[in-house]
Amino acid sequence: MHAPVPRLELLNVTKRYPGVVACSEVNLTVMPGEIHAVLGENGAGKSTLMKVIYGAAHAESGTIRLNGNEVRIQSPAQARRLGIGMVFQHFSLFETLTIAENISLVLDEPFDLAALDIRVKDVSQRYGLPLDPRRMVHSLSVGERQRVEIVRCLLQSPKLLILDEPTSVLTPQAVQKLFETLRLLAGEGVSILYISHKLHEIKSLCDRATIIRHGKVTATAIPSQETPASLARMMIGRELPVCRAPVYTGESRPVLSVHGLSVASDQIFGTDLKNISLCVNSGEILGIAGISGNGQAELMAALSGETTVDKVSIVLDGKRVGHLNAGQRRARGLVFVPEERLGRGAVPAFSLSHNALLTAHRKGMKYWGLVRYSKAREFADKCVARFDVRCGGSGADARSLSGGNLQKFIVGREIMLKPKVMIIAQPTWGVDVGASAVLRQALLDLSRNGVAIVVISEELEELFEISDRIAVLAEGRLSVAEPKEQSSAESVGMKMSGLFDESQAVSTEAADALA
Amino acid sequence: MHLLEPRPRPSRLMRWTAPLIAIVATLLAGSLLFWSLDKSPLASFQVFFIEPLTSRYGWSELLVKACPLILIAQGLAIGFKARIYNIGAEGQLIAGALAGGGVAIYMEGSDSAWVLPAMVLAGAIGGALWGALPAWLRTHFNAQETLTTLMLSYIAGFMLSYMVSGPWRDPEGMNFPQSIMFSDNALFPLLFEGLRVNSSVFMTAFAVLAFWLFNARSFMHFQLEVGGHAPAASRYAGFSSKQTVWFSLVMSGMTAGLAGVGEVAGPVGQLNLNISPGYGFAAIIVAYLGRLHALGIVLAGFLMALIYLGGEAAQVSLQMPFAITGIFQGMLLFFLLGSDVFIDNRLRRSA
Repeated sequence: MHAPVPRLELLNVTKRYPGVVACSEVNLTVMPGEIHAVLGENGAGKSTLMKVIYGAAHAESGTIRLNGNEVRIQSPAQARRLGIGMVFQHFSLFETLTIAENISLVLDEPFDLAALDIRVKDVSQRYGLPLDPRRMVHSLSVGERQRVEIVRCLLQSPKLLILDEPTSVLTPQAVQKLFETLRLLAGEGVSILYISHKLHEIKSLCDRATIIRHGKVTATAIPSQETPASLARMMIGRELPVCRAPVYTGESRPVLSVHGLSVASDQIFGTDLKNISLCVNSGEILGIAGISGNGQAELMAALSGETTVDKVSIVLDGKRVGHLNAGQRRARGLVFVPEERLGRGAVPAFSLSHNALLTAHRKGMKYWGLVRYSKAREFADKCVARFDVRCGGSGADARSLSGGNLQKFIVGREIMLKPKVMIIAQPTWGVDVGASAVLRQALLDLSRNGVAIVVISEELEELFEISDRIAVLAEGRLSVAEPKEQSSAESVGMKMSGLFDESQAVSTEAADALA
Repeated sequence: MHLLEPRPRPSRLMRWTAPLIAIVATLLAGSLLFWSLDKSPLASFQVFFIEPLTSRYGWSELLVKACPLILIAQGLAIGFKARIYNIGAEGQLIAGALAGGGVAIYMEGSDSAWVLPAMVLAGAIGGALWGALPAWLRTHFNAQETLTTLMLSYIAGFMLSYMVSGPWRDPEGMNFPQSIMFSDNALFPLLFEGLRVNSSVFMTAFAVLAFWLFNARSFMHFQLEVGGHAPAASRYAGFSSKQTVWFSLVMSGMTAGLAGVGEVAGPVGQLNLNISPGYGFAAIIVAYLGRLHALGIVLAGFLMALIYLGGEAAQVSLQMPFAITGIFQGMLLFFLLGSDVFIDNRLRRSA
């Protein structure tokens, strides 16, 4: 018996972008029925490589073989015809259409919704992905939307399925469900390329892993025989940095509290906030877990003052501030870092020193309505130096920085404002491992200086690493914050599905705040 | 098929070269126009762009026309940076002219030296109020200023028409819709004997310097630019969007109102139906042609004034219709916007 033919083979694939080599001489082999991990940091070249395989980008050199035959994949449509399906990290679904209608839009076949309904039901049942094809997409949770994307791919009976960071939007329980589906598919001979930087997932799911660093394959491994630490070493080329969380010994008093906050979302398919109560003390980090789209954006806006609410619902340092806008709350010692760095946390086309002026203008950068640009430059220079922001100096445009470096700048800028409270959303979203560690440590250090911090994040591991207490925001409701020691990934995961009673939250948190 | 895709980093050099490209393209398209009308392009351009500048009178007229354009465009540029599109400067000019002219009419016969300053003040307030109306509509009812400013222009036009046909009509004016001619203390003093250029140029010059300083150094200008570039960042920083709307519209209304006083207390000398040959609209082109920069606007204002003069010369010497001025203005704006599209985007051949 001769060796089976690989499903996919990449030989010396190189892809250049102006100024950078995104992939250099990459070799990769995936066998039929194999779940193969592509592991690497942000910007390592994983996504580019997947685009090349899916026909969305073209390699300068190298060979791609599919089932032993050399192919030139010109477009995603051709890739789909060749049996390659891809589930993207960010979905492309129309909110106002039904599931079946959305799926019919990408199929290269005559439009027959009735027949499609049956096929969607059929496929979704077979692979444990329950879906009602007639439901409108806007009524679906993020996990359900991902199912739509997967079913959409499966309808075309792919032989190779590519998933880009699929679990970043799922609860731990939903992740287990997804893994069952993927194992079922692999059992039928479908090969799966699984892109991720989450080490424990790769360890539990994948048969083999190819590790990419700076566009080059640095290692291949069998994940089950590795430890997360050894995988991390291969991925970042050194030890995984660890954060130090010393015990806070200073005075602890409530600095920010929210009482029965309800807000109707101003977005058509947004999530309304329902009766939210919370309290953060000085020297403490409160983690708010949950998947984006469950009211995270609305809560962030209400806390920051980007949307104003009832005067009494938010109390900052003993003063009722619900009715104040973002500028007025900033003047009272609140700072915040949004998840959108370009366009919200920073103006893309402005230099770093102008972006310093954006929120630091209260630090003596103005006189008589005129700007002291030299002060802004000084501030930006100091921020760049103190937080190790890699950039072309404070004159560099914000958009020229990598995601991690821009985040270091924004977080650094807000920390240098000497706040009483910091609200931060998705602090390390899209940030590489090294910079993530720097950011988490900066937050811990800040809190140990007596600042109250609220971290809204999708990354459970991160929350468990830095938070003192963890609450869960699901479907616009917030669970009671519990000390980290009393929480586990499982209990938080349950709450992420909305399984909790928050009525308790109101009474105890309100009592806390009044005490 | 071709697709436009955004450039990651639009070139700053090209941003400033675009007006030159637009001017060259306008001249080329203008040549085609002249040629198709059986007129020699070179001779026509001689009449259009060179001859107006060969006399002292021509230079004086150039200043007379450039000053209101520059003054209005300085104010408009403030709003455009924050993406507040006041396209009703024509109406604010008329409102300013009415307020200033009203002062002149009511103070007729007074020999006070304060008549002209009072007119200037009234004109500024009149224009500012006409700009404040759309600001109020925008901040209270979210009515788009693009529509309301334009509609208010028509209202201002009809108000002017009513006033000069009714209450303020010159009793000895043989029923023409016009007011009395203003007396000397209600007019900007002439700078040179026999030329129409008057001391209102100092008002424009002062405005250019003030706006230059404002743009370069003020925190308000920074807030306006943040609002234009990234509205979410503006909310994030806690800048008030209402304040931006009010400031932009009141400021641009005020400069337009001042320009209106400059006309009625200058070359026109009374209120009538022809106080502005569309300065309020042409100033939009001037603002963009000058790249919303205080000094760029000065250059663009002179070019636009020259097109006005050239258009008049072409009517006289080449027997071309009045529309020729509008055509050249339109081509200039068209080619400028066209260049900007390719500075912000590039053409990609799609598969």
